[in-house]
Amino acid sequence: MSKQASGRAQTVNAGRPWLGLTAFAGVSATFVMGLVVAPKDEQQRDAYRLLYMHVPAAWLAYLAFTVTAIASALYLVPRTRHLRWDYLAGASGELGVMFTALMLAGGSLWGKPVWGQWWAWEARLTTTAILLFLYLGYLALRRIGGSPQQRATRSAIAGLIAFIDVPIVHFSVSWWATLHQEGSVFNDKMQLHIRDGVMQFTLLLAVASFTLLYVWMCMRRMELLALDEGLAERELQLAIDERSNRPATTNPVTV
Amino acid sequence: MCAKDLRIELRARVVMAQVLPFGVLVLILFAFTLDPNSAILPRIAPGLFWITVLLSSILAVGRSIAVEAEHGARDALRLSGMDGGAIFLGKVAAVVVQLLALELVLIVATFMLYSIDVRGLEVLVIAAISATIGIASTGTVYGVLASGAKVRETLVPLLVLPICAPVLLGATKAFESALAGRSGEAWPWVQLLGAFGALYLTVGFIAYGTLMEEA
Repeated sequence: MSKQASGRAQTVNAGRPWLGLTAFAGVSATFVMGLVVAPKDEQQRDAYRLLYMHVPAAWLAYLAFTVTAIASALYLVPRTRHLRWDYLAGASGELGVMFTALMLAGGSLWGKPVWGQWWAWEARLTTTAILLFLYLGYLALRRIGGSPQQRATRSAIAGLIAFIDVPIVHFSVSWWATLHQEGSVFNDKMQLHIRDGVMQFTLLLAVASFTLLYVWMCMRRMELLALDEGLAERELQLAIDERSNRPATTNPVTV
Repeated sequence: MCAKDLRIELRARVVMAQVLPFGVLVLILFAFTLDPNSAILPRIAPGLFWITVLLSSILAVGRSIAVEAEHGARDALRLSGMDGGAIFLGKVAAVVVQLLALELVLIVATFMLYSIDVRGLEVLVIAAISATIGIASTGTVYGVLASGAKVRETLVPLLVLPICAPVLLGATKAFESALAGRSGEAWPWVQLLGAFGALYLTVGFIAYGTLMEEA
């Protein structure tokens, strides 16, 4: 790739390095606070520390999928139709899958010492697993090719279909889970009470900095998706321009 | 539209000649992996039956999309000026008819192979019809979403299986309750199935026109 193209990519991002830096500083501080400063829990000892990643991951997974659904709807409404909504839906969908996977992995790691098992067929866990696969399908659908407009329309409809399925899955699974197992894994001892001030602060810090991280990653990913879109075309144009010894005629990409 | 798809099926017999044997085979294979002499088979038969139906449905839906992909039939449909929603309902109806025929044979096979006494027949029928409408609607919408993709055969199952998780759950529970002679417990699940079917039938009806044009 030529110098011109990479230079352009940098100028698009130049505006908000502070956002990324703040997010990374916050996440680093969360690690220090969560792993070193915050006290142990009386019941769960050190295992509870996974909470500082688990809670933000859960919140961001739901936030990300909601953003995907809203962006999908905005793309489908003719008045607001713009490819930027498709980029936002895609970027947020990817992050949602990442945070869902993080939530499941972290929850599983926590489940082993506290419940004594990696997995429990409990309503929230099962719903989350289905959620992961719903959106893995959504992401797979985004990659099947076609024109940007085709992809945007298809994914927007798929994004909405998946989103309205979430409450149905949750409802049916909780119904199913309460039918056949009552508190075999859960009891009051498992309830975590965050009363300690440092714990509360760490949790808030974790949620805030992971949310910043989400916003920053989402914006970067949108830019990447937009740059990716015209890549082949622009490379061809650049090659033609180089051959004919003319200055580059491609337009900068804006999101 | 429905009649056309069914006529194609009657002539080609792909669903009946390939998907149906596949379904019965799956039922037999389940018995291999689970001890057939113990009481476990009758107990979990509803779940095994609905997993078999869901897997077979994926194949049937794939067939329903393939019918349109051949010979540029989709473009002809778009040229016909028919309403997208009407095309969707027609395709869903054809899939529902084929799936119900499939389920009829499979349920008889399940009852015979796993030695089950039939009870609560009206619940079984209504649950099966509602579940089938849900599977056919989501399958048809996702089918057209993925149509044209080279990876369609692998993509459709990934899309349809998670979205149909509530259907699998609801249909299994409804069948379990009905076969155990507790039809009363089955109705909430049947209502869930009905709501799911109605919801995705509506979504597909609205979305299909846009999809036929642009995707």
